[in-house]
Amino acid sequence: MSILKLEDVTKVYENHVAVDGVSFEIPKGCIFGLLGPNGAGKTSIIRIITTITRADSGVVYLDGEKLSSKHPYQIGYMPEERGLYKKMKVGEHLIYLARLKGMSKKQALDAINEWLEKFEIKGWWDKKVEELSKGMQQKIQFISTVIHRPKLLILDEPFSGLDPINTNLIKDEIDALNQSGISIIFSTHRMEQVEEICERIVLINKGKNILEGSVKDVKNQFKENLFRIGFEGNLPYDFTDNATVVKRDKGSITVKLDMAKDSNSLLEYLISNGVIVHSFNEILPNLNEIFIKQVQGEY
Amino acid sequence: MDKLWLIIKREYLTRVKKRSFIITTVITPLALVLFMVVVGFIFSYESGDVIRIAVVDEGNILNKKKIKNDESLYFYYEDQPIETLRDNFDATVYSGILAIPPLQNIKTKKHTIYYYSDRQPSIDVSLKIEQRVSELIREHKIDRLQLDKEGLKALNTKIVLDPEPITPNSEDTSNLTTFIAAGIGGVMGMIMYMTVFIYGMMVMRSVMEEKMNRIVEIMISSVRPFQLMMGKIIGVGAVGLTQVGIWALLMPILYFLVILFFGFNPDDLNSTANMPAEIDMADMEVLMGQITNELTAINWWLIIPLFIFYFLGGYFLYASLFAAVGSAMGDDLGEGQALTIPITIPVVMAFYIMFVAVRAPQSSLAVWSSIFPLFSPIVMPARLAFDPPFWQIATSVLVLLISALFFVWLSARIYRVGILMYGKKVSFRELGKWLFYKD
Repeated sequence: MSILKLEDVTKVYENHVAVDGVSFEIPKGCIFGLLGPNGAGKTSIIRIITTITRADSGVVYLDGEKLSSKHPYQIGYMPEERGLYKKMKVGEHLIYLARLKGMSKKQALDAINEWLEKFEIKGWWDKKVEELSKGMQQKIQFISTVIHRPKLLILDEPFSGLDPINTNLIKDEIDALNQSGISIIFSTHRMEQVEEICERIVLINKGKNILEGSVKDVKNQFKENLFRIGFEGNLPYDFTDNATVVKRDKGSITVKLDMAKDSNSLLEYLISNGVIVHSFNEILPNLNEIFIKQVQGEY
Repeated sequence: MDKLWLIIKREYLTRVKKRSFIITTVITPLALVLFMVVVGFIFSYESGDVIRIAVVDEGNILNKKKIKNDESLYFYYEDQPIETLRDNFDATVYSGILAIPPLQNIKTKKHTIYYYSDRQPSIDVSLKIEQRVSELIREHKIDRLQLDKEGLKALNTKIVLDPEPITPNSEDTSNLTTFIAAGIGGVMGMIMYMTVFIYGMMVMRSVMEEKMNRIVEIMISSVRPFQLMMGKIIGVGAVGLTQVGIWALLMPILYFLVILFFGFNPDDLNSTANMPAEIDMADMEVLMGQITNELTAINWWLIIPLFIFYFLGGYFLYASLFAAVGSAMGDDLGEGQALTIPITIPVVMAFYIMFVAVRAPQSSLAVWSSIFPLFSPIVMPARLAFDPPFWQIATSVLVLLISALFFVWLSARIYRVGILMYGKKVSFRELGKWLFYKD
């Protein structure tokens, strides 16, 4: 069962196609990376999911139902460009946003108190938003996004402007929310965060879905059979018949295996030839490289 | 509906609870009253100097009749010749010597009298002297020419032009009606003009702020752009009504307090300054009675609801346009200012047409402007007290109602695109295109 399913979604603005027949599916309980360069159509896709705009064609299903105007209650969205009413007090601001998400005043109060306690910021209730630092405002922003316990959480660059401590704090909360069953769409340019957090990704470029799958599968799909071997002793004279040396360092070597050969036989071959192997790692491409290569059309 | 209510409540409460709102709402009438009091004191300022004037009436044309004195101006007849008085001037209490030569001719229409002093008399004093001496010379002439005083009094006839309808059944109006209707019309038109501008601009600024601090994307992931826009327009409109309402209550109270504590009537400013002649109190009372009659005779049951209708219609029409423009503005305020011009021009034009409408309420300019929806919210209220024909009111109301709905719809189309559009230079062509964007 998927929490979100896009089928051939297209959105055309007057002179360009922002979203061009995009389809993908997000399994329930997944942390999903929505990736793509600037202007690829990520925001357009997010706006369609959040019902801010409508797709020209194609269908979006949220938790098995066709997307409709009642669904915003089940979605929490933190845009990349975000802000709060500067003159409002933290408490009343959170109540306001929670009530717009369909919570009663009582529910809102309970949930807000719980979150403020969790972040140890109960004392902020009567502070005006403009009195808070940017990082503090981000916390409030995060609370306002998750306050109504959405089924689907969409976070666009959630860590921008946060210091490492608060980044970890929010990261832990995202994990905890995910553990409690909330599915999360995570949109960012920071690939190391994607690798760390996401289980699945979709890569959008020029409005099209160019790559989709689990992080592991994607990496495997793009692996180049590269291995780094740390060793002592001399390499056998006929070593280059078995593998192509890509890079030689002191005490280590990076090789590319022919597709036909597997890593175990290389390892056996080295050991049987008296080489002392300290380490043997497959070098998987990182998402950053895949991202850049895909976007620049190298594959 | 719930969400719209939440938005209205927020827009209203955040503004009304602001210190600046409380200050402007309370301080403005206070400042106005204070201003009136200060101006009142300035105008009623008497130099404090008492001017004593020796009057030398060589031809005895004033016949030693008492010249009217007041707190700062005293006249004393002196029998000594002017030369003697001038020689001993320093030893006397006088500030000046008034020499009244004999009349050359009893029928003369101009007579020069002389004031000897080292100090120029103030304009005020000069006028008083001229007027008071003139009155006595008039009496002298009446005596000399042996005219009948009572007969003379009867010469002046005050003419009152009373407009009457041709068809005998129509309502009779007096000339006062026209006068009062003009006053009411002017005030209503003025209030409309101010509210459209002040609160329309407030809506625009607020929309811009929301867009600039990027809360808008969060908001419209929960509510429809239309709800957000309407919530703002209604909320700010309610703030406007609150403010105008408070002023309407506070002004008369303060006015009353001023009269009570300072013992003077701010209205005196005008009457004493411009009308030195004494007003007959009895006349005044009759006039006040007539005004009250006229005010009660006006069909308030029609005017007040209509005024509220035009207020709401005009406000919604213009505030929605201001909201649309606010949504289209970027970071560069100066650039966006150009977009407000097409909205402000009709408002200002309507304001000027309103003056014409008050003077000539049946002129074709007034009639057509009170039907044209961009002008009617300001022009029609100014005409209402003049009893415009029913068809004109009906047409105007209908046209305004349809137009207000149309402009709200139109603005909402622009608004929904504008609030999410950043970093694009917006032209009118661009705005036109936005109208046809799909959701």
